[in-house]
Formats: sequence, C-alpha cells, structure tokens
Amino acid sequence: MEDAWGAARSAAQVWLSLVVGLIMLPAMFGVSLGITETYMKVLIKTLKWATFRIQKGRRERETLKPSPSNGIIQRDDGSMEKEIGELRRSRPKRPDGGDFTLSDVFYFSRKGLESIVEDEVTQRFSSEELVSWNLLTRTNNNFHYVSLRLTVLWGLGVVIRYCILAPLRITLAAIGISWLVIGTTVVGLLPSSRVKNWLSELVHLMCYRICARGLSATVHYHNKQNRPRKGGICVANHTSPIDVVILANDGCYAMVGQVHGGLMGVIQRSMVKSCPHIWFERSEMKDRHLVTQRLRDHVNDKTKLPILIFPEGTCINNTSVMMFKKGSFEIGGTIYPVAIKYDPQFGDAFWNSAKYNMVSYLLRMMTSWAIVCNVWYLPAMTQMEGEDAVQFANRVKSAIARQGGLVDLSWDGGLKRDKVKNTFKELEQKKYSSMVVGDDSSD
Amino acid sequence: PLWCDKVLLRASRRVEIAYFSHSQITRLYSRFHSLDKGENGALSREDFQRIPELAINPLGDRIINAFFPEGEDQVNFRGFMRTLAHFRPVEDNEKSKGHDASEPLNSRNNKLLFAFRLYDLDRDDKISRDELLQVLRMMVGVNISDEQLGSIADRTIQEADTNGDMSISFSEFIKVLEKVDVEQKMSIRFLH
Repeated sequence: MEDAWGAARSAAQVWLSLVVGLIMLPAMFGVSLGITETYMKVLIKTLKWATFRIQKGRRERETLKPSPSNGIIQRDDGSMEKEIGELRRSRPKRPDGGDFTLSDVFYFSRKGLESIVEDEVTQRFSSEELVSWNLLTRTNNNFHYVSLRLTVLWGLGVVIRYCILAPLRITLAAIGISWLVIGTTVVGLLPSSRVKNWLSELVHLMCYRICARGLSATVHYHNKQNRPRKGGICVANHTSPIDVVILANDGCYAMVGQVHGGLMGVIQRSMVKSCPHIWFERSEMKDRHLVTQRLRDHVNDKTKLPILIFPEGTCINNTSVMMFKKGSFEIGGTIYPVAIKYDPQFGDAFWNSAKYNMVSYLLRMMTSWAIVCNVWYLPAMTQMEGEDAVQFANRVKSAIARQGGLVDLSWDGGLKRDKVKNTFKELEQKKYSSMVVGDDSSD
Repeated sequence: PLWCDKVLLRASRRVEIAYFSHSQITRLYSRFHSLDKGENGALSREDFQRIPELAINPLGDRIINAFFPEGEDQVNFRGFMRTLAHFRPVEDNEKSKGHDASEPLNSRNNKLLFAFRLYDLDRDDKISRDELLQVLRMMVGVNISDEQLGSIADRTIQEADTNGDMSISFSEFIKVLEKVDVEQKMSIRFLH
C-alpha cells in the first residue's frame, strides 16, 4: 500500500517536472524546443496518407468522383428584375414597364425552395463540414469504413489524444490559469508605475503562452508591423473564446466583457488589478451610452492598452464574417482589423454554444489534434468623411473577410437565436411592387 | 440516428428515392436533420421559418404550406423529399420511369400544379378573384392600393378565363403559361 502510494507520488513528480521543464518554461519565455513542430509534421503526413486512402476507397466504390465543393445545389443569383423579366419574356411589354403575370410566383417558389435546401445563414452556426475526414470521430459524417489500417490509425489516434495529449493539456491549462490569477494579483500590489505595466504585460503574455501550449496551438502571425497600438481598438472575427488566447499570445490587450461569476469572475477580478480591463455589469450593458462612454474614455487615454472587441457579437463557424455591430465603430479612435482563420483539418475551433457548454467545449479542444490558425494584422482604418458608422463597419468587415478568405455576409449573427426583422421582407415586397406598377408609380 | 434512417431508406422502395441519387439523399438528410431542432424526425412550420432567407420571402408561408399534407403539422423526411422532387430538372427523368404509369413529380405539368396550388388555397381546383388577391397582397405588401390590386387581379382573370366563370381553372392556367420555360425556371440543379 505504502509502495503504491510512494510510486504514484514519484510518477506524478516526474510527470510534473517533465511538463514544467519541457513545455512550460520554454513557453513562458517564447522559446520553442521543436517538439510541437515534430508532432505537427508527423500529423500532417499521417492525415495526408489517410486522405489518400479514403479517396482511393471512394473511387473503388463509385464511378463518379465527387467534387470537393461543399455546396449542395447550384444557386443562380440573378436579381429579381432579371429573373422575373425572363419569366415575362413571352408577353408584350406594357408602356409603363410594369406587369403582373401568374408566372411571377415561379421566382419566389424557386428562391424559397433553394433556401430550404441550402441557405447562407443557418449553415454558419454549426461546424464546417470537412471535405476529407481527419480521423476524429466527431467529424465522421459520411465516411464509410475503408480499410483496416485506417481504423487502426483512428484507434491509435483516440488513445493518443485522450490518454496522452488531453491530460498534458489540462495540466498546462490549469498551470496557466493559476499563474494568471496569482501573477496578476501579485503585480496588482505594486504602485502604479512603468515597472508595474511592464511586469503586468509580462505576466499576461506568459500565461497566454502556457494556455496556448495547453491547446497545442500553432499560430502564424502575418504583417506584424500592423499590430494594434495603445489607444486603439482591435476588431476581429469571432469563432470561439480561444480567439482571445490566440491574439493575446502576440500582444497585450484590454479585454471587454460582462462580469461573470465563478472561476471566470475570479480571473476577471485578478486581471483588472494589474492593468485596466473593461468589465461591465449585466445591467450596465443595456445602457449603450454608458458602454460607449466608458470605452471612449479608455481609448482616449493613450497610455492604456488597445481594446479587443468582436463586433459580430457571437461565435460564427469561421467560414464567413457576419454583420459587424456599429457600436464599436462609433467610439472614435483608430481601428486595427485582424483576421483569424483556423485550419479545420486539425481541430474544429468553433464554439456551438447551443450544443456545448464552455467546459465540454474546452475538453473537445483539448482532445483534437491541434489548433492551427493564421492571424493577419491589417493596416489601421479610421472613419472617413461622410461615412457613417454602419458603412465604416461594413468596410472593415469586407477587409477582414477578403484577407481571411471568408464569405462576406450582411446577415446579423444574432439570427442564431432571434427571428429575422420584418423590414427585410418589406424590402423584397417593395422591390417586387415596383415591377408590378412600373416606372410612373406614385408611392 | 442518422445511420438507422439511411438503412431504412435504402431498403425502402418509395418513389421519391428514384428522384435523387444516393449522395443527394445523404446531403438532403443532413440538411433535414440540421433543420429539425426538436430532433423528433419531423419538421414543423417553425423549423422552416427559422431559415432567414425563407422568412423574408414574400411567399414564404405558402411555400412552407406546400410541404404539409392536408391538416398535418409535421413533415417527415419522405414528405420533405417528395416536395423537393417537384423541382428536379426534367431531363433527369430516366430513373423515375417504370415505377408506375403516373406522371413523374418533376414533369412540366406537376411543376405547374405546384405553382397553381400556391394560389388555390382551398383546393377547389379554381383560382378565385379572392385567392388571387390574397397572393398578390402577400407579394406586394403595403405598396399598392386595394383598387389598383383589384384591377390587376381582374385583368389577369380576364386574360386567362376562357369559359367565363370568373376564375382560373388548372387547364386555363396551363394555357396562359404555355410559352413560359417552366422546366428551367422551376428546377433546382444539384452539384453532385
């Protein structure tokens, strides 16, 4: 009994010292030992081989080679005027250009059925479907049994991910978070000074680096010269809470968010001791003027860190960028846009908050192969003359979408939970009405 | 679960299967499953209305109605495919021959019948002036006055009505639209 206890303790000590020595310390100082790189190389080779095997298996079963595109149907995005005009082609044109025919309904029925089979919005709120299986059970939608070797590989993957990687990552995350809380509290005891700020940034950076290792995150930062500066606002597309860890690995930001209870609350309270973050009470969030004023005060103080905001307001599945809420763009100040694109092959980073709570989400992250993503820092943007907040927001959104290779949508991310506003239907009705009454209509 | 239903579908010899290939059925089932928020194997009208592009379609409610058989509130996957089958392009007809002597769901006639039924709410095989006005009002919203809409409806019935009963029968409907390329305009092409 004693022996077993002693053995377990020494095993735990060895484990912990390995973790600290090989992973944590290098991470804290931004040094890489090359372990992750080797792991990634092996992983990429394995996945390539698996893809090849699956494609071979598919070819043997079906004569048609399925195209790699993910769309279901061919959507003909002709405008209402064009489509209905073609429907009315066989009729003589009336002098005022307006007309009604029984076939006008064809346009609406086809558009309606197309949206039932495949629409631009609802697909953004669930994980992206992969073109080729990446040996994770969770992404196994349509992939049939191909070969014994592949199944063995999958089984091996399960063992590695759940029994080796996951405990390792959980240990690192725990260390990272405790260090964040302890470190920031300690720094918070110092009087306000340059040294305090410098120490605070150091503590934050170290913790985020440890947390990033805790997710096996490999991030490629591009255009570092455009990195957000003090007194500015950093906006990025939102895929998951991990976005914060990814961005904070390469710079220090002032976070904005709602006050939470529990562990999150503890973390928030200690973080704010060492440098000013902006936490709102639930009741304060309803008052838009108050929110804007507090953010404006922070931005105007040029010694404070840049604010990090996700204007979509909710997590989207990283295939598109949805409407940016104009609130962040009314504060004034320079906007530093950032595009984040995850590589779905190694792990799905999207947080489907309807399906998973935070804890199960984090566990899923820690049992994926890795988190690989690209971060592009875009050149700073400011509101131009004669441009209102909405137009400015759309301009920034398009820039981010273009850089990240994401679809630029005007739909509101809030449609995840809410119904679409009636005004959009009224717009369609208005458009159609002008086709019915023609040009000399009196509105 | 996804797998069980697929086995059932493969074993089934329903007519709807003839309209879609195996991979298309799989994708449609995925889509059906993602719309089915209640996870009970059937879609309700609310499930359809959650699609934003359909919610802003002026004829959205009528289109949703087309999926639900008389008096029912739920549509299962077979019913879902059955309605979608109307929009298969006409040349993909080879597989659907030979099941029975009746016309395939995606024939020109059946496509026209689908559109006819969008107007003919009470299923009396006639589009009355009131029914026509209802659909017109749905499509134009508040932008056209009652009088103007009324005269548009009257003109349309006048052009189509051949037997003088002030309503449009299905055969009159077909005749008015004989020059329209129904096959192309009421078809949805699948990518695979």
